[in-house]
Amino acid sequence: MLYREVGQYKTNYAADMAVFPILQDRIGIAVILLVAFVVIPLIGHDFLLNTVLIPFLIFSLAAIGLNLLTGYAGLLSLGTGAFMGVGAYACLKLTTIFPHVNIVIWILASGLFSAAVGALFGLPSLRIKGFYLAVATLAAQFFLEWCFIRVPWLFNYSVSGAIEVPLRKLAGVPITGPTATSLTRYLVVLSIVVMMTWFASNLVHGRIGRMWMSVRDMDLAAELVGIRLLRTKLLAFAVSSFYCGVAGAMMVFLWYGGAEADVFAIDQSFLVLFMVIIGGLGTLIGSFFGAALIYILPIALRAIPQAFGLPIRPAAAEQLTFVIVGVLIIVFLILEPNGLARLWQIGKQKLRVWPFPY
Amino acid sequence: MDLLYKIFIDPFVQMGTAPDLLVQTLWDGLVSGVLYSLIALGFVLIFKASGVFNFAQGIMVVFAALTLVGLHQHGVPAFLALGLTVVVMFLLALGVERLILRPLVNQSDIILFMATFGLTYLLIGLGQLVFGGDPKVMIAEELYLPRGAIEFKGLGGFVSLQKIDIAAAIIASIMVAVLAVFFQRTRIGRALRAVADSHQAALSVGISLEQIWVIVWFTAGVVALTTGIMWGARSEVSFSLQIIALKALPVLILGGFTSIPGAIIGGLIIGIGEKLGEFYWGPLLGGGIESWLAYVIALGFLVVRPQGLFGEKIIERI
Repeated sequence: MLYREVGQYKTNYAADMAVFPILQDRIGIAVILLVAFVVIPLIGHDFLLNTVLIPFLIFSLAAIGLNLLTGYAGLLSLGTGAFMGVGAYACLKLTTIFPHVNIVIWILASGLFSAAVGALFGLPSLRIKGFYLAVATLAAQFFLEWCFIRVPWLFNYSVSGAIEVPLRKLAGVPITGPTATSLTRYLVVLSIVVMMTWFASNLVHGRIGRMWMSVRDMDLAAELVGIRLLRTKLLAFAVSSFYCGVAGAMMVFLWYGGAEADVFAIDQSFLVLFMVIIGGLGTLIGSFFGAALIYILPIALRAIPQAFGLPIRPAAAEQLTFVIVGVLIIVFLILEPNGLARLWQIGKQKLRVWPFPY
Repeated sequence: MDLLYKIFIDPFVQMGTAPDLLVQTLWDGLVSGVLYSLIALGFVLIFKASGVFNFAQGIMVVFAALTLVGLHQHGVPAFLALGLTVVVMFLLALGVERLILRPLVNQSDIILFMATFGLTYLLIGLGQLVFGGDPKVMIAEELYLPRGAIEFKGLGGFVSLQKIDIAAAIIASIMVAVLAVFFQRTRIGRALRAVADSHQAALSVGISLEQIWVIVWFTAGVVALTTGIMWGARSEVSFSLQIIALKALPVLILGGFTSIPGAIIGGLIIGIGEKLGEFYWGPLLGGGIESWLAYVIALGFLVVRPQGLFGEKIIERI
């Protein structure tokens, strides 16, 4: 009824190519941004910001990063956790060496280091693909993890071997370190994620995104029509790792406030891969859906027995969570192998033709 | 210059001067190689027959061993528990085929891969819920597995071989031989090979894919049980095994995803390579390189030969 594009004529090419061609979509995104930037800071309390929204946004960004690589360029990677780690450690080193430069700049710049490392480990992708490539990226995962533990220079020779996040201020307000409030951290994370999502959207809708997708669909054919495979694949690895690196830096500096190397273990890679696949391969919005489902689901599952006052041991609840998450993953894959983003599209289509079935 | 000396000459001098240590290291490598091979074997069986990259193979090993030990703890005699565990693995295979593979038939590889991830989570949770999450001792004595070590003098020192490792190697060889005969000589084995070659062609000559999948998952389950018993007897039955099972992945790409001899030889190469590397070259880098050396060996190998040692040549057409 409300969601209808009747009468919205496109009169120039720019309008035809727009990311949100329908007025209602534009209104929707404006409302979401308004809620995120204005309403939530007004009503949000520490629990909501710290344990739900900040991690959700950070995981969304990591999922977008992996989605660019796996969903758009068709290259399966299991090294996401390690690339996030590279970002975090690079950020720590940068802000230690140049403490007076704004930390937000360093968070973004640390992505560049991650991108370089990612491109390096992406080199084998020219020769191998599919699951063979996934195992090759495992080499990156385990090698980098080893570096995070064995190279003390990376964590500033701290005794515990952990990253200790220093206090950094932006315009006099602390945004990292122990005194930063969750609200300021939330706003910084939100700004970065919104900006980078906008950038990713432009990237995948443009020439580069099309190159990636043609490589994904059939790389031999793509090569024949003149796409340089090496460049395209390495670019995908670099951009993807850039996103993961920024997500990793934010994770440590703006969420945990300190972390050890095992944060970037293989489990993290798998978690992000879940998000991408449950959300929908090759869709940006799916990355957000996937992050929401996979990250918030266990929190909700833990809260449910408490809410009903069921006497369940914490250990048993933890194990039940595993079982339920496992079953849900399988059920989701069976019901909608194309992910939540596909459900979203179906829903929109239904709304568009409502009250008629088709 | 000094570094080059340490990399290219020093380790070999050490090998020459202390052959007993070399033999011991080789033996350790061989033993862990056998276990990698066994896990890789489970992967290969399933990958060949159903094209599913079964991430759950590692947890299946843990789950099988846990069921066995758990049943025994509840008072079931050892060999009856063994039989019951085999039944459980059969039910698991049946369940996987009915509830996961059948609804997901004809989906892309990555979706099936993810589904086995779900299975992994499910088995982790289920195993912990039913049998508890703490490490358990494998019932090695009750199953008449040998204990102790054979030590012999020579090569300028002592070399000690654990009897359980020898038993593991023998059992693994027997199992591979049985599987080879099963694949080459029996009716079901021929059907399995036909399915591995082409699903559609196999269907068209009347082979039931569903049945084959159950058989192949069950076989992988039995392989997992054997692996679990051997591994459990060497250390203990715990969920940390699942991470070690990831080591089977470089073995797979070294040997090729579809080759059973490849899985065996790849496992041995990786096992020996990483033990030698850790012992002779590890100290140069500060130790602990075992965690990634296998992957780097496999990676270097892949760049030269993308289909693995024995994998079928990858032919691409437009």
